[in-house]
Amino acid sequence: MPLVLTEEQSMLRDSARGLITDKAPVSHLRQLRDSKDEMGFSRDLWKAFAEMGFSGLLVPENFGGSGLGYVEAGVVMEEIGRTLMPSPFLSTAVLAVSALSRGGSEAQKSAHLPKIADGSRLAALAIDEGTKHRPLQINLQAVRSGNGFKLSGAKALVVDGHTADLLIVAGRTGGAAGDRNGLTLFLVDPKAKGVAIERTVMVDAHNAARIEFSNVEVDADHVLGEVDQGYQLLDGVLNIGRGAVASEMVGLSEEVFGRTVTYLKERKQFGKLIGEFQALQHRAAQLYVDIEITRSAVLKALQTLDGDFDHAGAAIAVAKARAGTTAALAVQEGVQMHGGMGMTDQFDIGFFMKRARVCQELFGDSNYHADQLARMKSY
Amino acid sequence: MSDLETFRRETRAWLEANCPPEMRRPMTSESDTYWGGRNAKFSSEPQRVWFERMRDKGWTVPDWPKEYGGGGLDRAEHKVLREEMAAMGARAPLSSFGIWMLGPALLKYGNEAQKKEHLPKIAAGLIRWCQGYSEPNAGSDLASLQTRAESDGDDYVINGQKIWTSYANYADWIFCLVRTDPAAKKHDGISFILFDMASKGVSTKPILLISGYSPFCETFFDNVRVPKSHVVGTVNRGWDVAKYLLQHERAMISGTGERGIGRPLGQVAADSVGSDDSGRLDDAMLRGQIAMFDIDEAAFAAVAERAIDLAKAGQSHPAFSSAMKYYGTELNKRRHEILMSAGGIDALEWESDRSKGGARPRAWLRTKANSIEGGTSEVMLGIVAKRILDLPGA
Ligand SMILES: Cc1cc2nc3c(=O)[nH]c(=O)nc-3n(C[C@H](O)[C@H](O)[C@H](O)COP(=O)(O)OP(=O)(O)OC[C@H]3O[C@@H](n4cnc5c(N)ncnc54)[C@H](O)[C@@H]3O)c2cc1C
Repeated sequence: MPLVLTEEQSMLRDSARGLITDKAPVSHLRQLRDSKDEMGFSRDLWKAFAEMGFSGLLVPENFGGSGLGYVEAGVVMEEIGRTLMPSPFLSTAVLAVSALSRGGSEAQKSAHLPKIADGSRLAALAIDEGTKHRPLQINLQAVRSGNGFKLSGAKALVVDGHTADLLIVAGRTGGAAGDRNGLTLFLVDPKAKGVAIERTVMVDAHNAARIEFSNVEVDADHVLGEVDQGYQLLDGVLNIGRGAVASEMVGLSEEVFGRTVTYLKERKQFGKLIGEFQALQHRAAQLYVDIEITRSAVLKALQTLDGDFDHAGAAIAVAKARAGTTAALAVQEGVQMHGGMGMTDQFDIGFFMKRARVCQELFGDSNYHADQLARMKSY
Repeated sequence: MSDLETFRRETRAWLEANCPPEMRRPMTSESDTYWGGRNAKFSSEPQRVWFERMRDKGWTVPDWPKEYGGGGLDRAEHKVLREEMAAMGARAPLSSFGIWMLGPALLKYGNEAQKKEHLPKIAAGLIRWCQGYSEPNAGSDLASLQTRAESDGDDYVINGQKIWTSYANYADWIFCLVRTDPAAKKHDGISFILFDMASKGVSTKPILLISGYSPFCETFFDNVRVPKSHVVGTVNRGWDVAKYLLQHERAMISGTGERGIGRPLGQVAADSVGSDDSGRLDDAMLRGQIAMFDIDEAAFAAVAERAIDLAKAGQSHPAFSSAMKYYGTELNKRRHEILMSAGGIDALEWESDRSKGGARPRAWLRTKANSIEGGTSEVMLGIVAKRILDLPGA
């Protein structure tokens, strides 16, 4: 498959960009942050998203969605990255939909997917527990009880955790932290007894929560996929999430870079445009090259997810690691080249820097993925 | 089955049947490369067999038209051939400045007589070419070159000096930039001309490199007579030809090295450094460096693929080869730094049999030129800044 967008994918990008830049420029995020908005995102905007088919983009057609692929999800994520629009797209339309459609029973799918597609249901994936992303270390205990399970433990960085109508929780039904076997995914009602949700106001003003589970009862038919065999499903879903976040970082990097280059052509010092200084020209050129390479690696990874899902691990590790380092460089250079302006809250660049840090950490940072790649290559 | 899949199957079968096993191993020394030319010698029988079979199929230049000795493959077929060759680690049957640089320039700017005369000989490896661009005072600032070509009847008379002319002492012909109008602005008085290195008045003097090899020369022209019909393109408009050729040179250099062929770096390192009980390379920092390198290399492979696809879709920027050249060469240097580090003490030997004559350190030193030859990294970044990013300043 050629490593360029098809005409349909370009059209999708244009319509997503149109809506997002029009309705949710960076000032939208700023306004939500400054007003300490309770939801942290706009319901109206999510409705508009759903009407354009974005919320159901990955939902199979027989469940009311458009049945598109991961490249298309990446296309939308990239546009989200350009304006940092807060929305449940990643948590609900990408992660939850993937988990449900890849692992769910017919009953589970028809209970949730159509509602997600029409924008009326939000969901969140609860995985990480420790300081760093380590899915194998999951230790939330899921003990058999009656016909179902009782969950106890805590999750951190649950994206959109406080707005979700449905939680997908990874827990341990067997084995010990570090084991591949013994992980199970559960569909949990956030209003169930024993669930305590704390919205964590984060550095990037996006939504996340810490969630505690104390003896939360879950029915057997709320197991997603097979008991003890959840790792493979989770790993696949995480790879999709990694590809999506990498796309967001490509959009974010390009946007910061574009703003920076514009500034280099406008700002004068020593009687010259600062863009005439070779020291800055070369750094800008290096960053351009970095972004182009990363964009290619991310597209490659998403195409591999669509075409050869089970062998996409290495391409995803490359994409997420590259996107993380490139985004970090893009925001650092962005602030630096804007001088004092770059340090002010009034200016938008800082928003990109904060979001890049969160995206780095989500689903494994660059070091994590470099380590994974080394393992895959047996060294 | 699509035509392309049939082509892939047939290509794979043909390569399997025709590429000798010796030609599927990574190169270890300069003599593993076959350059062709009037005085060429094969370093081994498999090298000869491989070259001749590929030549007979037109696959020394798979994408050139058949009438000029090429294979007539379209882009998609060419990509399939490259992929299949890479998959089995097959070496290029012929290395040649004629293929990489002059050929594409002749295809675009040459007249029919020039194409008929030179292209088939390049494809068949009969003539070895060298590149007469740089001069002692014209390196990065190439357009300030001073070698003069003065009109004398049907001929030009050429005087001057070139430097860093790779393999000038082995080359049969040279493609050369000369000043045909000294009064014009510096880019406007240059012509692109071809001539035989056996012409009267041409002499060369090798220069020794830090790698211990001397692949390039100072080249002197003393009243060299060249027919005017040997000018490619328009007189005084040679800069256009020169720049077009440089794009191809840069694209070629960006892929320098044995990348993607042979054992993965991590395993090369594990062979010499060892692994710990859990199978991890027994040098955590080196392992990290290699992993980061592997990520960047895989990403670079993706951008190389995308560059071709973008060109096919008519969406690429003409200066993008500078971006590729910059990154690909920096990456190759990094690869060899890692190889040296992984080789440790063993990689320091320069002349032993054990070290195959110091193959590794010599290769390491050679890569330092990647970011200089064909335009330095600084110059590449300058081109990206000005032509792609449109930043201000001369
Ligand atoms: C192995 C090898 C093979 C070669 N083969 C050939 C060949 O076959 N034919 C041929 O004609 N030439 C050949 N060259 C020459 C090569 O193209 C030149 O060396 C190269 O263009 C740099 O020119 P220079 O050596 O004069 O360096 P200089 O131009 O003197 O550069 C010195 C330093 O200054 C920097 N610099 C110069 N200008 C700028 C600027 N505007 N902005 C920022 N930094 C700048 C450079 O990046 C470099 O770091 C070869 C070189 C090598 C090393």
